[in-house]
Amino acid sequence: MIEIQNLVKSFGYRKALAGVDLQVEAGELVWLVGPNGAGKTTLLRILATLSRPTSGKVRVAGFDPTRDGIQIRRQIGFLSHRTLLYDDLTAEQNLDFYARLYEVPNRQKRIAELLRQYNLTIRKDDWVRTFSRGMQQRLAIARALLPKPRLLLLDEPYNGLDPLAADTLDDEIAALIANGCTVLLTTHNLEGRNAMEKRTLILNQGHLIYDNTTTTNSPLAQLYRQVLKKSLTKDTDPL
Amino acid sequence: MSYLRQIWAIVKKDITAELHTRETTSAMFVFAALSMLIFSFALDLQGRAAKAVAPGALWTTIVFAGTLGLNRAMAREQQTGSIEGLLLAPIDRTAIFFGKALGNLILMLAVEVILLPLGSALFNVAFLKPSVTFPIVLGTIGYATIGTLIAAIAINTRAREVMLPLLLIPLAIPLLIAAVQATGNLVQGATLHTVNGWIQLLIIYDLLSIAIALLTFQYVAEE
Amino acid sequence: METDKTDRVLATLSMLIFSAALGMVFFYAPQEATMGNIQRIFYFHLASAWVGFFGFFITFLASVTYLASRKRSWDILAHASTEVGLIFITMTVLSGSLWAKPVWGTYWTWEPRLTISAVQWFLYVAYVMLRNLTPNQEQEARFAAVYGVAAFATVPLSWFAIRWWRTIHPQILSGGSMALTPRMQQTLLASLIAFTFVYAALLYERVKLAHEQEKFIALQMEETR
Repeated sequence: MIEIQNLVKSFGYRKALAGVDLQVEAGELVWLVGPNGAGKTTLLRILATLSRPTSGKVRVAGFDPTRDGIQIRRQIGFLSHRTLLYDDLTAEQNLDFYARLYEVPNRQKRIAELLRQYNLTIRKDDWVRTFSRGMQQRLAIARALLPKPRLLLLDEPYNGLDPLAADTLDDEIAALIANGCTVLLTTHNLEGRNAMEKRTLILNQGHLIYDNTTTTNSPLAQLYRQVLKKSLTKDTDPL
Repeated sequence: MSYLRQIWAIVKKDITAELHTRETTSAMFVFAALSMLIFSFALDLQGRAAKAVAPGALWTTIVFAGTLGLNRAMAREQQTGSIEGLLLAPIDRTAIFFGKALGNLILMLAVEVILLPLGSALFNVAFLKPSVTFPIVLGTIGYATIGTLIAAIAINTRAREVMLPLLLIPLAIPLLIAAVQATGNLVQGATLHTVNGWIQLLIIYDLLSIAIALLTFQYVAEE
Repeated sequence: METDKTDRVLATLSMLIFSAALGMVFFYAPQEATMGNIQRIFYFHLASAWVGFFGFFITFLASVTYLASRKRSWDILAHASTEVGLIFITMTVLSGSLWAKPVWGTYWTWEPRLTISAVQWFLYVAYVMLRNLTPNQEQEARFAAVYGVAAFATVPLSWFAIRWWRTIHPQILSGGSMALTPRMQQTLLASLIAFTFVYAALLYERVKLAHEQEKFIALQMEETR
């Protein structure tokens, strides 16, 4: 699904990504963690075709983002820090607009389905401006899922979600994985999230310093600290 | 989805949002009306002198009201980050541009619908003659096109609102000269045939702005 | 540190040619019949106007190449050309103004050449401000390149529009044009060449400085890793 070779992204003098190699198969759940400024968002944005790589090879669903951006965008859903929703439109209008752009089949039905799934039906004719943060987040997720994407990229999706909402998101992700969707998400939240088998990548200063499958979470938080401390002391011993 | 449908979806979305709040259009209307009033008072000319000044006053107003509209439209998009929503959709980048530009054009034309009669009354000139509206529309098309491109740039800078007129107006000089001259001559009774040169310049400018936007918008939008 | 020969060569050449041109302007060229000695400013005015436009053209080419290749050196060239060009276009506007006063009795008038210089000046300044006020360096390069392309594309249109505008309303002020004797033509040519060399020398220095800066900052970044 995702193939990355020696990906470098520079912003002027600063290297946000300094040579990342990564392969992700379809149906995988991947957690991308790391300190702020590690390059997680940059990586996600490059996969979403919002940003061009400075050098290196990137393939998403077999396509090159610099050449076949539209093909890639057809198949992905992206959740950003910002909601990407239009404040001055209603929930339904927001979904309708994006459904049109993505050429979602059975548009009305799909929109109704998602509204129901995320408990937004009752507010569908209200302006997004009037929604709480949590509701906006839910609508944003619904928007990302409109075209039933094969790859879901979520940038800090647990941010601002209360524990129940976060659990619901986890269930959602589990269901999507079961359906063959690939999910790649970034998060800082390592404590107390329920156990799901996932592949964990640790990114620091533009380098991928850890790549393995982990299950439960207290060890994950500990492991994370360990790995980071090691990388900061420039310890080149592989874990 | 066909290219034209994509553009239309974006335009419809912008117009719907604007109809909900009417923030931008009301600001533009009020500003434009005030501007014409101020020109009328400040210049305090009668008869022929007023006629000579009217086209300039009209276009100055269109430029500044247009700048106001362009700024607000882009700012709104940037607030919620929804320009990224468009960039994430499986549509051509240029379709995004044309959708936004067309939306901005419609806003400007809507303001002109009020502005032209007002100007005609205040300065006692025939702005509403069909031949006169022709260069006005052509000029507005050019301004909205290049303006949308520049607004997309300006909104990302530190001085945001100030940056747009600073960047845009020097670019729009040929457009302004041609538009004012054409409007002025036609209002004084010339025929479209006599102002042919200016009309051609306007059309060339419009085509040039569209070409530049088509070629460069992707570099503005994408990182 | 080895001094790059090129900049010394350029600097020396420009100084020589410039001195020669200066000599020609004041001693070789004849005194003009109607305007007197003040006319000599014309050589500087036209030469700096030429460089102002040429600098803009280089910025345009560099901008297009940058967008196509995304290589930083083209971005540096575009920026440098604008900075140097701005100096020359400012000189154009000032020398034009200084000339206008004794010849037409006013420091400014919207006659075609002065107007197009002013328009170019504003475009240059807008470009420089855009560069300074874009916080993100990568965006700055892209935006400036796009603006450089758009700005240069409108200059020919501005020129036509302004000329038409001013021929339709003939200026009461005359004496703006003059007949050039062969000696004057030679002096003009010398001035053009001199100014172009000065531009090239300054441009080279500026580009070199920018590249050194890049290297320095890259080294700094390595240190702090």
